[in-house]
Amino acid sequence: MSGNDILVKLSNAGISKNEEWLVKEVNLEIHKGKIVTLIGPNGSGKSTTAKIALGLYKNIEGKVERFTKNISYVPQKVSIDWTLPIRVIDFMVLTQDLNSEEISYALNLTGIEHLKQNNLRELSGGEFQRVLLARAIAKKPELLVLDEPVQGVDFPGEVALYALIKKISETLKCGILLISHDLHVVMSATDHVVCLNGHVCCSGSPVDVAQDKTYKELFGEKSSQLLSIYEHDHDHTHSTDGKIVKEV
Amino acid sequence: MFDDFLFRALIAGIGIALVTGPLGCFVVWRRLSFFGDTLAHSALLGVILSVSFDINISLSIFTVSSLVALLLLRLQKTTYLANDALLGLLSHSSLAIGLVVLGFLSFIRFDIMGVLFGDILSVNINDLLAIWLGGALILLVLWFIWKPLFASTVNYELAEAEGMKPERMNAIFTILLAALIAIAIKMVGLLLITGMLIIPTAMARNLSNNPKQMVILSIVGGLLSVLIGLYASFEINTSSGPTIVTVALLLFILSLTKVQKRY
Repeated sequence: MSGNDILVKLSNAGISKNEEWLVKEVNLEIHKGKIVTLIGPNGSGKSTTAKIALGLYKNIEGKVERFTKNISYVPQKVSIDWTLPIRVIDFMVLTQDLNSEEISYALNLTGIEHLKQNNLRELSGGEFQRVLLARAIAKKPELLVLDEPVQGVDFPGEVALYALIKKISETLKCGILLISHDLHVVMSATDHVVCLNGHVCCSGSPVDVAQDKTYKELFGEKSSQLLSIYEHDHDHTHSTDGKIVKEV
Repeated sequence: MFDDFLFRALIAGIGIALVTGPLGCFVVWRRLSFFGDTLAHSALLGVILSVSFDINISLSIFTVSSLVALLLLRLQKTTYLANDALLGLLSHSSLAIGLVVLGFLSFIRFDIMGVLFGDILSVNINDLLAIWLGGALILLVLWFIWKPLFASTVNYELAEAEGMKPERMNAIFTILLAALIAIAIKMVGLLLITGMLIIPTAMARNLSNNPKQMVILSIVGGLLSVLIGLYASFEINTSSGPTIVTVALLLFILSLTKVQKRY
C-alpha cells in the first residue's frame, strides 16, 4: 500500500532529552484514508511520536517526511487562560477561515451546535473535546492527528465520536494518526496499530497486534479479545521504567 | 492648529491609544506585562545614547529595546532561570547601566523626569509624525499577522502543527512592542507606558466576552483616558502622563461593576 498516497513517513525517528530516549527507532507511515493508532502505557512516547510526526521538535534522530501541509491537530491538553475571552465560534476559526454554515455543520457533527456562543471556559471537559474535534474536522485536513480526542466524553458519546472519526477518514479521504487508550474501540476501528513502549514493540493490523505476545504483556491477557494460538518469539521484556531487558 | 501644544498633545495621545489597545490585549493574553516593563526600562539607555551621540531618539530606543528582547530570547534558551527572573535581570541592569552612563555625561542637561514620566506637552511636529507613521506601520503589520499571532497565543503547539509559525510570530510581536515603546516614550514616559498598555486592556477584559470586542473596548478605554486625562491635567494643572494613567485606572474601577461572572 505504499506509493503516492503517503502523507507522513517516520524512518527510525526518535528523540532524546538529557541523554535519555523519550522514544526511539519509530518507523511508521500514514496513508490517505487510513487510520493508524498508537497504543501503549503512560509515558511510552505516544504523544511524543505524534509530535515528531507533526514536526514540533527540532532535534530529532532519524527522519520525518511530511507530504502535506493541510494538517489538523487535536493536542492532548489545551488550556485556555482566563485573561482571554474566547467563544466556541472564535476558536473554530483559529487557524482557518470558515463561514457560519461551515462552523455550524462541524459543530453539529460533534453534537454541540447549541454551544456556539458559549465561552470556552464555561464548557465541561467532554464538551471542550468535542469543540477541539469539530475545529480539526472543519478544516477538511489531509492529515488529522488526534491525541486522545475523546477523553472526558461520556460512553455513548465516545462510541459516536469514534464512529465519526472513522467516517471522516472515509469521506475526507484523510489520513488519521490516533492516540487512544480505548483498546476495544481501537481494535475495531483502526487499519494499523502501533504498540509503543519507548520504541515500537509490535505493529500491524489490529488482529495481528492483538495476538502479539508483547501486546498481551503490556495490556494483559484479557485485552487480547482476538486471542489465537499463534504467537511469535519475542526476545525481550520491559523493566518498570520501560527499559528493554533482553531475555537470556 | 498644530501650533497649539494642547492640540498636538491630543493628536499624539489619540495616535498612541489606537496602538496600545490591540498590542495591550496581546500583552495581557500572553502574560507579557513584565516584559513590556523590561523593554520600557531598557529605553532609558536608548534615550541616553541618543542624547550623547545625537541620533534620532525613536530609532535609538527601538534598537536598544529590540536588542534586549533578542537577549531575552537567547537567555531563555541557554539558562535554567524562569522568565520573571530573567526579565528582572534585564530590566534592572539596563536601567542601572542607563543611569551609570548618565553619570558620565554630567555636561549634558538631561530631563530625567521627562523620560521617566513623559512630557506630553513637549510633543513637536516630528514626534507627531513618528507616532502616526510608526503607529500606522505597527497596526498594519499586526493586521497581517493577526490570525497566526492569535493562534500562537491560544496554543503554541497547535499553531505550530498547523503551519502558523508561532516562533516567527513571537519575534515579530516583540519587535512591534519595541517599536511602540520607541514612539510612545516621550509622551507617556518609561515608567508609565506599561500602564497605558495594561490598564485600558484590563478594563476591556472586564466588559468583553470575545477577543475582537476586547480589542475595541481596549482602544476606547485608551482614547477616553487620553481625552479625559489631558483635559483634567490642563484644568487642575497636573502632569499629563500620570493623569492619563490615573484616569485609565478610574475607568478600570468603574468596569469592575460590570465583570461577568466567573464560572
